[in-house]
Amino acid sequence: MELIRSGTKIPFTHYRKIAVILSTVVNVIVLALLFFRGPNMGVDFAGGTIVQLKFQQKTTIPDIRQALESIQLGGSTVQDFGQEGFNEFLVRVEKTGIQVTALSDQMKKALGAKFGADKFEIRRVEYVGPKIGEDLRWRGTWSVIASTVMMGVYIWIRFASAFGAKFGLHFGIGAVIALIHDVLVTVGALMLANYEFDLTVVAALLTIVGFSVNDTVVICDRIRENLRKIRRESLENIINTSINETLSRTILTTGTALLVLLALYLLGGAVIRPFAFALLVGFTSGVYSTIFIASPVILLWDKSFKQR
Amino acid sequence: MRRGVLSRVIIFSALALLSLLFLAPNFLGKKDSSGTVEMPGWWPSFLPSDAIHLGLDLQGGSHLVLEVKLDKAVENHMERLKNELTNSFREKGISGVSVERVDATQLQIKAAAASVERVRSILKADFANLSEVKTPQTSAAGTDFYMTLNREETRALRDYIVDQSLETIRNRIDQFGVSEPIIQRQGINTILVQLPGIQDPQRAKDIIGKTALLEFKLVDDNVNPEEAVKNGPPPGRQVLFGQVGKGAAGASPAKVPYVLEARTLMTGEYIQDAKVRPGQQLQGPYVELILNDQGARLFEQITAANVKRRMAIVLDNNVYSAPVIQERIGGGRASITGSFDIKEARDLSIVLRAGALPAPVEIVEERTVGPSLGRDSITQGLTSFAVGGALVVLFMIAYYKGAGLVADVALVFNVLFMAAILAGFQAVLTLPGIAGIVLTIGMAVDANVLINERIREEIRAGRSVRSAIEAGYQNALPAILDSNVTTFLSGVILFQFGTGPIKGFAVTLCVGILTTVVTAVYLTRVYYDYRIGARRLERISI
Repeated sequence: MELIRSGTKIPFTHYRKIAVILSTVVNVIVLALLFFRGPNMGVDFAGGTIVQLKFQQKTTIPDIRQALESIQLGGSTVQDFGQEGFNEFLVRVEKTGIQVTALSDQMKKALGAKFGADKFEIRRVEYVGPKIGEDLRWRGTWSVIASTVMMGVYIWIRFASAFGAKFGLHFGIGAVIALIHDVLVTVGALMLANYEFDLTVVAALLTIVGFSVNDTVVICDRIRENLRKIRRESLENIINTSINETLSRTILTTGTALLVLLALYLLGGAVIRPFAFALLVGFTSGVYSTIFIASPVILLWDKSFKQR
Repeated sequence: MRRGVLSRVIIFSALALLSLLFLAPNFLGKKDSSGTVEMPGWWPSFLPSDAIHLGLDLQGGSHLVLEVKLDKAVENHMERLKNELTNSFREKGISGVSVERVDATQLQIKAAAASVERVRSILKADFANLSEVKTPQTSAAGTDFYMTLNREETRALRDYIVDQSLETIRNRIDQFGVSEPIIQRQGINTILVQLPGIQDPQRAKDIIGKTALLEFKLVDDNVNPEEAVKNGPPPGRQVLFGQVGKGAAGASPAKVPYVLEARTLMTGEYIQDAKVRPGQQLQGPYVELILNDQGARLFEQITAANVKRRMAIVLDNNVYSAPVIQERIGGGRASITGSFDIKEARDLSIVLRAGALPAPVEIVEERTVGPSLGRDSITQGLTSFAVGGALVVLFMIAYYKGAGLVADVALVFNVLFMAAILAGFQAVLTLPGIAGIVLTIGMAVDANVLINERIREEIRAGRSVRSAIEAGYQNALPAILDSNVTTFLSGVILFQFGTGPIKGFAVTLCVGILTTVVTAVYLTRVYYDYRIGARRLERISI
């Protein structure tokens, strides 16, 4: 079976202007959303308590809220969790007069009084203190930034030996720009889909950074090879040839990863779903950014390359 | 060539066998109630006998991060130093000197002009652990010294307090009875506690978090408690509350104020043992304290000196009882009565036996997962593993036929090795960890895709099958290594950053990369080398 015919020649770099404009617009929108609306922070980062409840019989959100009213938690966010009809709910408490460590106990009593003590189950409690939340937010942000920069440095060093430090740096910068794009697109998608930002999302972003750079590495590797083989072509043509030659690999690899992610997304349960969602978006974006962003960025330095 | 193939077949077979040995306890062993794995009798004892450890999110349990309130402990320490200084000056007969605590870390020593030199020499000789905050302020009346603990001393004190807290918490958890708890110091002032499979997290939290500072203080019956509450207690006195009755469900129990002398006569540090005793008639159970020799002597002195007065037994600033001392009490036994049930009495005896925390602790992070959610997560994780794996396997066969099958066999070995490494190094498997394994399956075939695409290219370029395979592996290798190194790097960063479950993901991701390179590149190569060596290879299914 062949997905991409051999000898396919799509002039990808021709679309670079459209791609750059499109991506810039998308990224600016995401950045604007980030700064003006802010991401929907989960308890990991915002601090607070979440309690996951499972009821045996059909229960509605107003019912739960009413029961929580008796311990002054009527204002908590209550939402469906997991599959429909499973009667699982997530209660999120921001601040309360009750001592946080005793919160789940209080909630157990209040819900027990309304629904019966054996008619429901507290399946999960997560409490994160405000200081820890701030600390995690800080460390999460930095780890994503650090790994992105690290990928750039790796590629720089990796290709410096073949092309000289200057051109290696161009590859590195190209990769970093592509990665920033992927992270921003994923963040934007998470915000649109109303997922909360928590530790698993950071894990997903770091994985995207590590995985998405693979395509860039493979294409750059091919560019390096073709530069040696094909002497008379322009850099643009060599980049296009390289992208085309590796295209089926790029699509296949991401394709198999997307297959397992789809399985995780659909079957892995509600806890893992945001993680799988982020990876689905990020990996897909990774293919696009490698082809349309990373390579054209290298082209930007075409001049300096020729002078070499 | 053939010999090379044979030795590699032997190496990979041995690795596979070793992996199966490491995984055997997961299938053969039986888990007993405490979570340890019991292997059947015929299993030799030198072979691995430990099953893969499940994270708290899969087996249920509590993950707690406690912050030790060091500032409070340092403040207490300064208060003690203040008393020491005062006593020291008094013993040496120096008059006209007073010691005050200015803030949490600073003492102010006011010395009259006549005694300045002696105060200075005592500070220098006996209190070398104190250093000056600023130069002494001299006026006509005398000199004011501003002292604080010096840096090394503060650091040592903080270290001591956190270590001591950790020990105390460990003692309490041991007595509470949790199998395989993890209690670790984390950073400067936090302690990580993991309690797998715990049934009643609230009770565990109560036991761990209680400061359990037991104090004996005298009641001042000359002051009306109600007035002291209203107008504030007179100097040297304090108002603490005791509870009467549990109160009806929902209603908060009545609080009774006591006026106490602020001075603590004795603390719980002399407790040797604490036992729950059944109460008589209508009374609930009580906790009997057995003091050590030193404590017994002290207790005897105190009771002898205060016959007919009331002595309050105060735990964490709550008055439990305030009985009248009828006579001098020898033998070192005291009891704490109060209206508690047998469970509360048992918990109280645990914290008293284990000793007080040197500083208050606060739970700053809690993640508790019930056992049923853990079971669901395992099922969901395994389902997505099976479905995702099957999809990839089928896809590879559909796309690459024979070569796809080879890649699939490598994938099976990959998962086997990965699981064995996780078991062998006793890594903890979490839900994100399972996701990491699933993801590895999806990403592992990347190496085979790179190789196979390359082989196809080389064949199209007119090479013989044999040299195409040769060139395919050779040319694909740099890209494979590069792409795995980058993913590995972000896995390492993730491990540094993450907590608990996330760390589990980072571990499986990194382990998966290692096994992927070994299986997808080197294991598949064995097959092709065998084919090449066996007969002239003219066609290849790819």
